[in-house]
Amino acid sequence: MKLRELLFPLMAVVCAFAVGAIVVLIIGDSPLQVYGLLLGSALSWPDGIGYTLFFATPLIFTGLAVAVALRGGLLNIGAEGQLYVAAFATAWVGITFAGLPSFLLVPLCCLAAVVAGAAWAAIPGVLKARFGSHEVINTIMLNFVAIALVGYLTQYDYRVAGDPIMETATIGETAHIARLGRFIPGLPERIPLNVAFLLALVASWAVYVLLWKTKWGYEIRATGQNPAAAEYGGISVRRQIVVTMAISGALAGMVGINEVLGYRYRYYDGFSDNYGFTGIAVALLGRNHPAGVLLAALLFAVLQRGGVPVDAFTQLVSKDIVQILQALVILFVAAEAMFRWKWAGSRRQVAGGGSNAAVSNAQAGTATVGKI
Amino acid sequence: MRDIFTISLVFSTIRLATPLVWAAIGGLYSERAGVVNIALEGLMLAGAFTAAAVTFYAHSPWVGVTAASMAGALVALLLAVVCIRFKANEVVAGTGINILFLGLPGVLSAALFLSSGSTPQIPEAELLPTLAQLLPVVPQWRIFTNVSAVSMLALVVVGCTWYVLYRTPFGLRLRSVGENPEAADAAGIRVLRMRYLGVVFSGVLAGVGGAYLSIGQSSLFTRNMTAGRGFIALAALIFGKWRPVQTMLACLLFGFADAVTIQMQGVVKMPSGEDVPVQFIQMIPYLVTIIVLAGFIGHSRAPGALGVPYDKEA
Repeated sequence: MKLRELLFPLMAVVCAFAVGAIVVLIIGDSPLQVYGLLLGSALSWPDGIGYTLFFATPLIFTGLAVAVALRGGLLNIGAEGQLYVAAFATAWVGITFAGLPSFLLVPLCCLAAVVAGAAWAAIPGVLKARFGSHEVINTIMLNFVAIALVGYLTQYDYRVAGDPIMETATIGETAHIARLGRFIPGLPERIPLNVAFLLALVASWAVYVLLWKTKWGYEIRATGQNPAAAEYGGISVRRQIVVTMAISGALAGMVGINEVLGYRYRYYDGFSDNYGFTGIAVALLGRNHPAGVLLAALLFAVLQRGGVPVDAFTQLVSKDIVQILQALVILFVAAEAMFRWKWAGSRRQVAGGGSNAAVSNAQAGTATVGKI
Repeated sequence: MRDIFTISLVFSTIRLATPLVWAAIGGLYSERAGVVNIALEGLMLAGAFTAAAVTFYAHSPWVGVTAASMAGALVALLLAVVCIRFKANEVVAGTGINILFLGLPGVLSAALFLSSGSTPQIPEAELLPTLAQLLPVVPQWRIFTNVSAVSMLALVVVGCTWYVLYRTPFGLRLRSVGENPEAADAAGIRVLRMRYLGVVFSGVLAGVGGAYLSIGQSSLFTRNMTAGRGFIALAALIFGKWRPVQTMLACLLFGFADAVTIQMQGVVKMPSGEDVPVQFIQMIPYLVTIIVLAGFIGHSRAPGALGVPYDKEA
């Protein structure tokens, strides 16, 4: 990732914080105090950093999921549904095979998370490849179906009798994965930051290798850049759509590992704090690059962790300010042309009129296709 | 079964379909102009919060509804600027708006009413009235006028939308910029202006739909009170093939599914003696949409240029 690539996301974040500060001012509180609380609590040791990294874990997974799909030319708004199905599948395996030894049960649970996420995401993939129906609507619809489905299974089949909370029984103890507090001195084990965070780092690296160092990744990106050219080059675009969605869903499904094996040790209905939707913002802010996704996930995790004390220690501002900041980041990143506009305008004048600019754009376009 | 299919089910259906109709018809204006409107959820939330807050101060539901539609228009204008002026991805920008209105009402409500969870309760006399409260009626006919005035207005809006869309030059222009902006441009239609109008109008209508939720069905605003209705409205729009009357019928179907769900709870038992799981009935609208999109029940064709930003120079 070139350093210049960082410029626009950075400007978007700065603008979002600036508008957020105006909102706080209008409400009648001090932006400095709010942002101070936000950052101060998120970056304190060990609780702040521990929780921030814990919150970053699911966002890295969903951010990667959305990024891979976008690289393949698909917008996966269904990470939310995929991670719910995956988390339930993880818990189901953890409960059903509770007697197995750890070295078998943990991989089996992880496999369940990945396969369930991939399968759920493959549905809109198949629907698009086979019937041409748009993945955006189908993934949104499947989010609702997924949430209703796992809600049903939890309520009727896997709840402990008499438990008023919508949650399953606990998974076998051999399925637990270690919390990082066990290895890091000074980090208490009550902080749920766990091995899944390391898995998220590995996944980021793996996505980088997949996309830029393998034939598979080349095919994903080629399809995303220009499906017609990819088809002409011998890539089956239909197959590619299904494969890309499945990979995306598998990544989203890994949220289940963090949640079930590393944190609550059971499936807890409604656990996701919009991880799937925030993943879209994370991917966009990170410019669909694994390194960018890591940074963006950390930023959003800081906001999420930092929102808690904002609620308690300011007079008028509630922690919902965090959601406003996240939304503003999304909007500013989406409206990136706002920042490019000035340069584009001056360049167009140099090129001497609209038609010339269009031609040079077209040439630049072919050049990119040639380069991949 | 007789316990479920009663006259009250009809009214329950109308009640639950009303916000969907407002939002879906709103979405129709935006999408027919070629701009994907996934932000209906956020627009409804904006309307719902504004209606509750303004009615609390102004003590008049009509002032509240007007404010809600203006708030919807304002938020939709923001969406339009981001999507049309800056050519943002419409789905992403819409998602941003939706998340914004998960947070913004809470922050404003905390600042105004010192409670981030909900706005204060509005007395019943200041809620949106039913027809019976507005018109003098014979008592025996009361049951038929027990419908909210806003529900009846929705019917009028659907009729007007049909007329505007298919019988006026404005409607023709709106549809043409959504189908083929290049041709519309060549014919002298100002494409971007039509798109701005379409999106802003979607905010006006979705705002009213939201207002009905907070000061019609309920008496206060609660966090995320739309609970996915904006997405169902979008689904109804697709199911209704982007046509006003069909879209309204789709909304009624989805409202009916919702009403049956509520009535069935605890009333109907499965042969085994257990409750019928409501989750399966809740899934129906979404599954129907997926099936319709796949072309199993008549193909639903989107406006030709839906989701494609228009660039004169490209």
